[in-house]
Amino acid sequence: MTTMSDPKQGSFRLSMLLNDTRYRSYTFQFIALILLIALMAFLGINLVRNLASAGLNISYEFLNVPAGYDVQQTLIDYNSQSSNLRAAMVGIINTLLVAFLACVTATILGVIAGVARLSKNWLVSKLMAVYVEIFRNIPVLIWILMIYTLMTAVLPAPNAFRGDNATSSMLFDAFAFTNRGVYIPAPVWGPGSMVVVATFVLSIIAAIFYRRYAVKLLFDTGKLLPMGWPTLAILVVPTLLMFFVMGRPVGLDYPALRGFNFQGGIQIGAPLIALWLALSVYTGAFIAENVRAGIQAISKGQTEAASSLGLRPKRVMNLVVLPQALRVIIPPLISQYLNITKNSSLAIAVGYADITATLGGITLNQTGRAIECVLLLMLFYLTISLSISAIMNVYNNNFSLKER
Amino acid sequence: MSDTHAQTVTYVRDTMLPQSAPPSTAQGPVKWLRESLFSSIPYTILTIAAVYVIYVVLAGFLPWLLGGVWTTSNIRECREVLDGASGGCFSVLSERWNQLLFGISYPRDGYWRPTLAFVLLFVAIAPILFSAAPRKLLIVTGLYPFIAFWLIWGGSLLLPLSALLSIGAGYVVYSKLVKRSFGAGFGAGVVVAAVLWMILGLITPSLSGVLALEEVASRNMGGFMLNMILGVICVSLSLPLGIVLALGRQSSLPIIKLICVVFIEFIRGVPLITLLFVANVVLAYFLPPGTNFDLILRVIIMITMFASAYIAEVIRGGLAALPRGQYEGAESLGLDYAQSMRLIILPQALKISIPGIVNVAVGLFKDTTLVSIISMFDLVGMIRGPILASTDWNGVYWELWGFAALLFFVVCYGISQYSQWLERQLQTEHG
Repeated sequence: MTTMSDPKQGSFRLSMLLNDTRYRSYTFQFIALILLIALMAFLGINLVRNLASAGLNISYEFLNVPAGYDVQQTLIDYNSQSSNLRAAMVGIINTLLVAFLACVTATILGVIAGVARLSKNWLVSKLMAVYVEIFRNIPVLIWILMIYTLMTAVLPAPNAFRGDNATSSMLFDAFAFTNRGVYIPAPVWGPGSMVVVATFVLSIIAAIFYRRYAVKLLFDTGKLLPMGWPTLAILVVPTLLMFFVMGRPVGLDYPALRGFNFQGGIQIGAPLIALWLALSVYTGAFIAENVRAGIQAISKGQTEAASSLGLRPKRVMNLVVLPQALRVIIPPLISQYLNITKNSSLAIAVGYADITATLGGITLNQTGRAIECVLLLMLFYLTISLSISAIMNVYNNNFSLKER
Repeated sequence: MSDTHAQTVTYVRDTMLPQSAPPSTAQGPVKWLRESLFSSIPYTILTIAAVYVIYVVLAGFLPWLLGGVWTTSNIRECREVLDGASGGCFSVLSERWNQLLFGISYPRDGYWRPTLAFVLLFVAIAPILFSAAPRKLLIVTGLYPFIAFWLIWGGSLLLPLSALLSIGAGYVVYSKLVKRSFGAGFGAGVVVAAVLWMILGLITPSLSGVLALEEVASRNMGGFMLNMILGVICVSLSLPLGIVLALGRQSSLPIIKLICVVFIEFIRGVPLITLLFVANVVLAYFLPPGTNFDLILRVIIMITMFASAYIAEVIRGGLAALPRGQYEGAESLGLDYAQSMRLIILPQALKISIPGIVNVAVGLFKDTTLVSIISMFDLVGMIRGPILASTDWNGVYWELWGFAALLFFVVCYGISQYSQWLERQLQTEHG
C-alpha cells in the first residue's frame, strides 16, 4: 500500500504563489520582469522627453555627412571630405591593426618571460619576476603615456638628422627614429613581383608537405629525416632564385630627409608605437604569468616519466610538457587578447585614431550625436568580444580533457 | 675457520676516516654560482646579458635619482642648479605635492580631512583583512563609510548620522525577522531604513549648521585622493552586487538568469572607457529632466557596474567549483534557498574566489586612471593637465610619471602580496 501525497488537482489558492515552491519561482520571475520593464519604460520615457525638450532625435544621418577632420594614420583612403562612416571604418581598421600587432608582440614577450621565469638561472628568473611585477602593477594608461612621452619628447626632431654635423643618424640608413614617428623602408612591388610572392607561398606549402612526409616516414619505418635545414632551404632557395631570375622586382623604398621631414618609406606615428609597445609590455607581463602557471600545472611526474622513456630534454618539452601546458595556457591567453582589444580604446589618450577616438571622440563632439555614437561604439566592441568568446568556446569543446 | 681469513688479510681499518671537506667547487657560494648562474655556456651568456641589462638600467637610473633636486620652485631654476649634471627635478613633487595628492580645488586648510580618512581606512579594513585583529574593530568598519563621507565631503554630521540611523534601524528589523524568512527580513529592513531616512531627511536640512565641516563639492576632488575614493567605493559596492549577479546567473529561474547573463556579458564585452563616455555624455538623457547629479557619482555608478560584472564571473567560478554534494547537503538539511546560500554555499564559494576578487580589485584600482580621459583630474589627469601644462614645470616628465607609477605600484603590489598571503592562510588541506 503506497500513499500518494500529490496535492489534489484544482486546489490552487492565491497564497500558493508565495508559499509553494512550485509556483513561487513564477512569482519571482514575474516580479523581476515587471521591474525590468518598469525600469526600461522609465529610462525610455525620460529619453523621449529629454530629446524632445532639447529638440533632438535619434538618427544615423550623420554617418553620411562629411567628417571634416583629418586622420594621421590610415590604412585605407581617407580625407577630411570623407563621411563619418568612413572615419569610423578607419577607426575600426586602426583598432584591429594595433590589437593584432600588440597580440603578436605580447605573446612573444610573455612566452619568453614566462619560460625565463622558470629558468634555473637565478639572475634571469629574478629579472623576469621584476619585469612581471613592475608591469602588472602599474596602470596601462601610465605606460602608454610614458612611452608616448619617450617617443615625442626624447627622440630627436627630423632636422637633427640634417647636415654634416648631424646629432642623430639613421639606423642602417633605413630606420629613422624621430619625434614625429618611426620611418621604416617600404616594399615596392615592381612588375613580376607576384611571381616571387607566388613562389614563396608555394614553398611554404612544400615545406609543410615535407614535414608531414618526414613524420609519416618516422612513424612507418623509424627513419628520422633532418627537419630543420631542409625546411629552411625549401622556404628560402626557390624564392631567392625566382627573385633574381625575375630581375629583382621587389625593391625597398628607403625613407630620406627631404625638406623639413622624412619622405618615402612607411611612417609609423608616435601614438601607434606608444600604444603598441605599452599594450605589449603590459599584457606580456600577464601572459608571462599565464605561461608560468600553465607549465607549473604539469606535474613533475610527466617530465620524469618522459625522461625515463629516454627522451632528451628538448623532446620532453616539445612532446610531453608543452602539449599539456597549452591546454591550460590558451584559454587565459585568448582572454588576454580580448583585454588588449578593449585596452586599445585608450588610444584616445595619445591621439591614435582608433574607433574610440574617431567615432567616440571627434565625431561625437562635432555632431553631438552622443547616444548614437556610444551605441555604435559599444556594438563594435561587443561584436569583437562575442566572436572571440565563440572561438574560445569552440576551442574548449575541442581541446578540453575528455573525461568519462 | 674465521681465523684463516684473519690471517690472509694483512690490514683492516678499524676506525672511520675523518670526513674531508667537499671540493671547493661543490659547496657554498661557488656551488651556488656554478649551479644557478654558470651551469652551461648558454646560461653563462644569459647571465652576462642579464648583468649588462641591470647595469644599463641602474647606470641610467641611479644618478638621476640620487642627483635629483628637491627644493627649486620651477624647471628653469632646477636646470640652473643641475647645471648639466644628470639628475631629476624632483622639486616638482615637493612643490606640487598637495596638487598631486588632493587636486587643485580642495580647500587648503582641509587637507587633514582626507588624510585622516585615509589613515582610518587602514583601521577599518584591518578586521576584514586579518582575522587576528580584534573583533571590536568591526565597529569602526561599520562606522567608517559615514565618517569618511563626512570627513571628505564635509557638511553637517547629521546627514551621515541619519543615514547611519536608518541603516542601523533597518538592520535591527532585518536581524529580528531573518530567522523567519530571509526575504521578509530583507524587505522589511529596506522599508524601515527608507522610511526613517525620509523622515530624518525632513529634519536635517533645518539643522545644516550642526557639527559642520566646510562642504566640498565632488567636482573639487582630485589627485591620488580621487583614485583612492573611486577605488575603495567601487570595490566595496561592487562586491554585494557581484554576489547577487553571480547567484542570478547560477539560478534555475530562466528569466532572472537571462537578465543577469545579458548584463554581465554586455558589461564585460565593452571597454570601461565607453561606459565612462556613457556616464559623461549619455546618462543625463536617461534621467528625469532636471536631475543633475555630479559627474563623480555617475562615474561611481558606471565603474561599480563594470566591476560587479567581473566580480560576478569570479564568484560564479567559485560557486561552480563547489562539489555538488554541498548543495545537496544543504537541501537535505531542509534549508531553503536563502539559508543554504547564506550559511553553506557562499562562505565556501567566496573563500575560493578571494584571489580572483583581489585581482579584479587591483585591476579596478588601476582602471580608475581612465577617468582622466573624461577630463576628471585624478593623479594622471593632474599630471597631464595642470602640472605639465604650466610654464613652471613644462618638460618635467619622468619625475612625475615615475611618481605616479610608484604610487600605483606600491598599492597594487601590496594588495597582491596580501592576497598571496591570504591564500596560504586559507589553505585548509594538508601539505
